[in-house]
Amino acid sequence: MAGADGDDSLYPIAVLIDELRNEDVQLRLNSIKKLSTIALALGVERTRTELLPFLTDTIYDEDEVLLALAEQLGNFTMLVGGPEYVHCLLPPLESLATVEETVVRDKAVESLRKISQEHSPVDLEVHFEPLVKRLASGDWFTSRTSACGLFSVCYPRVSSTVKAEIRQHFRTLCSDDTPMVRRAAASKLGEFAKVLELDYVKSDIISLFTALASDEQDSVRLLAVEACVSIATLLPQEDLESLVMPTLRQAAEDKSWRVRYMVADKFSELQKAVGPEITKNDLVPAFQNLLKDCEAEVRAAAANKVKEFCENLPEDNREQIIMTHILPCVKELVSDTNQHVKSALASVIMGLSTILGKDNTIEHLLPLFLAQLKDECPEVRLNIISNLDCVNEVIGIRQLSQSLLPAIVELAEDAKWRVRLAIIEYMPLLAGQLGVEFFDEKLNTLCMAWLIDHVYAIREAATCNLMKLVEKFGAEWAQNTIVPKVLGMANDPNYLHRMTTLFCINALSEACGQDITTKQMLPVVLKMSNDQVANVRFNVAKSLQKIGPVLDSNALQTEVKPVLEKLATDTDMDVKYFAQEAISVLVLA
Amino acid sequence: MSAISASEKVDGFTRKSMRKAQKQRKSQGSSQYRTQSAPVELSPLPQLKDAPSTEQQELFTQKLQQCCMLFDFLDSVMDLKSKEIKRATLNELVDYVSTNRGVLVESTYPEITNMICTNIFRTLPPSDNPDFDPEEDEPTLEASWPHIQLVYEFLLRFLENPDFQPSIAKRHIDQKFVLQLLELFDSEDPRERDFLKTILHRIYGKFLGLRAFIRKQINNIFLRFIYETEHFNGVAELLEILGSIINGFALPLKAEHKQFLMKVLIPLHTAKGLALFHAQAYCVVQFLEKDPTLTEPVIRGLLKFWPKTCSQKEVMFLGEIEEILDVIEPTQFKKIQEPLFKQISKCVANPHFQVAERALYFWNNEYILSLIEENIDKVLPIMFGSLYRISKEHWNPTIVALVYNVLKTLMEMNCTLFDELTSSYKAERQREKKKEQERDELWKKLDELRLSSAALVQNNSHGLPSVQNNNNNNNNNNSSNNNDNQDTRAEAAAVPTDNKVPDAGVAASESTPCAK
Repeated sequence: MAGADGDDSLYPIAVLIDELRNEDVQLRLNSIKKLSTIALALGVERTRTELLPFLTDTIYDEDEVLLALAEQLGNFTMLVGGPEYVHCLLPPLESLATVEETVVRDKAVESLRKISQEHSPVDLEVHFEPLVKRLASGDWFTSRTSACGLFSVCYPRVSSTVKAEIRQHFRTLCSDDTPMVRRAAASKLGEFAKVLELDYVKSDIISLFTALASDEQDSVRLLAVEACVSIATLLPQEDLESLVMPTLRQAAEDKSWRVRYMVADKFSELQKAVGPEITKNDLVPAFQNLLKDCEAEVRAAAANKVKEFCENLPEDNREQIIMTHILPCVKELVSDTNQHVKSALASVIMGLSTILGKDNTIEHLLPLFLAQLKDECPEVRLNIISNLDCVNEVIGIRQLSQSLLPAIVELAEDAKWRVRLAIIEYMPLLAGQLGVEFFDEKLNTLCMAWLIDHVYAIREAATCNLMKLVEKFGAEWAQNTIVPKVLGMANDPNYLHRMTTLFCINALSEACGQDITTKQMLPVVLKMSNDQVANVRFNVAKSLQKIGPVLDSNALQTEVKPVLEKLATDTDMDVKYFAQEAISVLVLA
Repeated sequence: MSAISASEKVDGFTRKSMRKAQKQRKSQGSSQYRTQSAPVELSPLPQLKDAPSTEQQELFTQKLQQCCMLFDFLDSVMDLKSKEIKRATLNELVDYVSTNRGVLVESTYPEITNMICTNIFRTLPPSDNPDFDPEEDEPTLEASWPHIQLVYEFLLRFLENPDFQPSIAKRHIDQKFVLQLLELFDSEDPRERDFLKTILHRIYGKFLGLRAFIRKQINNIFLRFIYETEHFNGVAELLEILGSIINGFALPLKAEHKQFLMKVLIPLHTAKGLALFHAQAYCVVQFLEKDPTLTEPVIRGLLKFWPKTCSQKEVMFLGEIEEILDVIEPTQFKKIQEPLFKQISKCVANPHFQVAERALYFWNNEYILSLIEENIDKVLPIMFGSLYRISKEHWNPTIVALVYNVLKTLMEMNCTLFDELTSSYKAERQREKKKEQERDELWKKLDELRLSSAALVQNNSHGLPSVQNNNNNNNNNNSSNNNDNQDTRAEAAAVPTDNKVPDAGVAASESTPCAK
């Protein structure tokens, strides 16, 4: 490692440090981002003895610089001489873990977690763990917050005395009097529980969990719900009822909607963690309540989980639970006053058909699908259409097609281009399920109309859509239905539409094959090389480059080459550029 | 659906005005989560003033209990009669505690606080508009205001009653009470926040034992606002209260208060909203008037959080700096003049004319002018470069005219120095350029070294991810990063624009250089 020893004459540390001290923040930031280069220039020895102390001392800087520094130091192990010296990185990172700005602190903690793995067990106890302790008992809340994220990485690799200390520190932080620290502790509770021995989970973690779950601040309580999932997974089934369930029940009925929202949001995870029996007795009624919650936010979160929840119900009486307990709530949600709730439901409701089977779907779900297909909110309709495949498997799409068509047409002409874009993306899927006849009859015109939409993204998506349709229905279909229309646009007075022809040809040539490309498309492209708009001309060059591989060498030499050569002498520099590029890519020179 | 206007069709995104219009339909919110079973119909009780004095106390309690019944105001026709009875009763109670003496006997305190807690303490409903901007958007108003307002009114009268005894009340108006009260400051309804402000101020005044607690909890709210959620509707109101609290601080200032200034109040300047600034500036100036030695850390703090991209905020910062300079002591001025004027010199050269203008207005301030004159040998060299350059380059004629005046003033202050700086200006710039080149070369050399040894190290170890990732760092130009370029391009392609004039507009989002 000759270079790694550095060269004093060339790079005196003063010059480098001068860079890190520059008055211009941007320059300082650049230097910090290239800190590894500086370290390399100095060599490992001087990095340890000169650079790191400097960095530790001059920690007062713009947050952006500090963020970059915190990130860099996480990857510095080799630059200070490998794992045996990794503890040299702790002092600057410790300071960074105490700054106010959250992103800096989080990054410092992330880097500390990373380099903790590179510590030997001895170093971990001698250097790393004392740092964690210092942070955990810091005066200002920032250092205590940072400490919360470090317990779990060192716990598994230290002696049992140190373990006991770590547990004690964690306990203290869980009842810290600043809510910021309690939040940090609550958010790490699950992670910490995972590395603890089961006995300590039962003795320590449960009491902390219970306390945090009944904290005076809802922002703390809701984090306990997250921890609930990990804790429940760790405990044996027989302990769940006494240790976890009282708290979970309380959370599902919390007076703060944020906590209830969190329960709804984590419902599938909770369901898996507590197992089928508790699900049947406790979670089903809780879920019903969440679906009927007075806050739309909570209902929407619960509605999102309907399918997953039903899927994971114990199979023996799944159907009965859904039909008697869940479906009545779902029916009400279809006509909810809030569109987010309806659209959340619409994104999952189709999934119920596979669970409930053909007869139930036709009798109970179909009316709901149809109602949602007529919903006033486009997002709801879109979500139903985008999940048609689930229903198709169970009852076949014909049942729906009469209602489907008006819904699709309306979305295809929606005023918002994002809605139009979304429906285009489902076209290939719909085409596949509805069949070529239905498609030609009802949907083909829509697909062609999108090609002249006034939004570029729609035209682009329409082009891509045509390609997928051709892949589905074959070259012959393309030749009869879409190629003539696409080529017809080459004579459109609007240059954007003429360009759309080129884009379509780019997309379709491969799927259509050599014959159609050479006989029908190529002549049109070549003719467009005389277009008066430069944009069209350089796109001709790009198109030729694109379809070249599909053509035979004869066509390339006799037809394509002369045109490209002509374009290469165009007055417009962009046309020239792309023509030359095409010539060289197609090896025509 | 049907009501989509042509303008929206073109834009694709819902305009703020559109969202507002939609919002106004449902501009009321309320959240009382299953607090009780269905309300029982209320029946009117006799008037307090008609009751014999022996029974008044009992009747007062009954009325307080009656007012604990909560009603659903989102359903405007439900329980109309009972709602009216409660409203009338609350009115009567307000009247009763504000005009009568001797009605606040000890036994009524629990009933009173219970009634208040039941009515006002609730979880605030989710906001209709997740990125609610207090300056732009219509707030969601509290639906149950007809009752809640009277309860707040009652609480205020209760606290202001001459017979009110904090020593008894402190058993009920305790830390938990204050904590819940503070959480309500997040209400979107400005009427509610206004009441809360007055009430909290009274509580702070009357309950000495709660003062430290209140300050600490406000700190926590601010810190959460700054570093976690960036959202809390009542920050301005809390700052107003703090302004008057700071005013009453005894000297010398406690460490706790200084910590609040440096660790909370100054970082609060990073907040997005501009509405906060007046209250902030007020608090900061209050501190400096108490203890001038805080000037240096405060100004350094402001310089640290100086806005990078938001010109509006920069104007506010300059305003705050001027307020500070108005009260600054000359000795303190000397301590911060260098970093401060470096920033001011950047502001003066700002291409945004409002920023430049605001900074140049400093020279209209007599006191600041006198401070500059006193320290002209330090200030002029810092300011000269920017002023000289913009006097020739700034696009805005007003700014150029202002700069000429400033230059003239500065020249009059020290003519010799001014001449020296003018003659050395060119040499100075050339020196800067040379330095720039040297830096480039240094980095080039470093890069060469890095490349060669990175190859070596790679063979020797599996580490050094950061070095391998940084493939091109040939100069100081950060944006020339390969990945960055790819990202921007991908983004440009992924974000299409709807436009009224399809041809012209869309061409812009189309690939590469387009029609001339």
